[in-house]
Amino acid sequence: MHDIATHDDSKGQYFWVWVALLILTAIEVVLGYKQVFSPVRMLEVLLLLSVIKSALIIGWFMHLKFETALMRWLLVISVVACFIIMYFFFFPDADRIRTIGVQ
Amino acid sequence: MAEAAMEHDAVHGLPATAHGAAGEYEAPLFGAYSKKVGMWLFLASDSLTFGALLFAFSYNRIYTNPWPTPFHAESIANATVMTACLLSSSLTMVLAVLAAKRGDRPWIRNWLLATMVFGTAFVVLHGMEWSKLIDEGLTLPGFASILGVSKTATSGELADISKNIPQFPQAFFGLTAMHMLHVTIGVIYLGVVAFRKWFLPVLAVIWIAGALLIPSGNVFHYPVHALGIGLILAAVILFLKPKDYDAHDVEVCGLYWHFVDLVWMFIFPLVYLMSTKVS
Repeated sequence: MHDIATHDDSKGQYFWVWVALLILTAIEVVLGYKQVFSPVRMLEVLLLLSVIKSALIIGWFMHLKFETALMRWLLVISVVACFIIMYFFFFPDADRIRTIGVQ
Repeated sequence: MAEAAMEHDAVHGLPATAHGAAGEYEAPLFGAYSKKVGMWLFLASDSLTFGALLFAFSYNRIYTNPWPTPFHAESIANATVMTACLLSSSLTMVLAVLAAKRGDRPWIRNWLLATMVFGTAFVVLHGMEWSKLIDEGLTLPGFASILGVSKTATSGELADISKNIPQFPQAFFGLTAMHMLHVTIGVIYLGVVAFRKWFLPVLAVIWIAGALLIPSGNVFHYPVHALGIGLILAAVILFLKPKDYDAHDVEVCGLYWHFVDLVWMFIFPLVYLMSTKVS
């Protein structure tokens, strides 16, 4: 049964997740300041870091990692599927506008 | 089936023999109590709201060339502190859930109060930043007149951005206002769970103080009344459900709070760091 956090709940693991989130945030700030990438590449890198941070928050802080497989996969697959559909709507047109130079 | 009935009883805090015959109830669909499943479904739908806003922002960001970069070191430092506040609030929220698991009431309240303090700090810092940006001219058509903002610069970098690239203030204010509203609701939610009816007079004092102290020309002069709406809703909920909130409630409000933190993990890099000007 998955009631209130039936898994092994040590404070240490949450502390380390918090530290990891702060470090990833610091990396993002440094990348934003240094601007070593082009804007589109920067968008991709920052999104990748954000996805890693959100996985840490959802998995550990929100305890989804410890829920049943059915709940875990149903939630993740349905939300990701909706985002993919949004992507099909938005970005091909954004890229077309960028390519043909219409401002 | 007997095992399923016992699981249902355990989830709802009932003794195993409360329903008599085994198999009277089905097992919970996801192996979790209904409040938690309900909150997860709400968060899944809310993530689509924010997802659509973030996609719209990214769309604007890609096709608008040149995209303005009005955030200098001071703004980024402020936003970084705000991010640290939210991340720290998530840690204290987890500690509140652990205290709830132990049944440690004093520490549930302490950790929830710490979470509320971090959340309030986030809102205050964000509000100060909004006021500064609006004073310097970052606004939308009609935005200042609707909210009664009296002093908005008509020239300068941010005023030029508002005139020439309205996609930027539109995306910035749209996203951050939606998120700020979620954080404010979250702080009220935590206050109700932690302090129940004792939170209502505190919220009323904050609301009245805000209404009296925020000057009429400030952008938050009218929006502060959202606290009054929150007060009424909280009072109605506490009147209808005057219960002593249990460990399940603490865990469910924690899910909401972590979601608010999670959304900011996308807003901060996309809105702020993608609009940074290197000096």
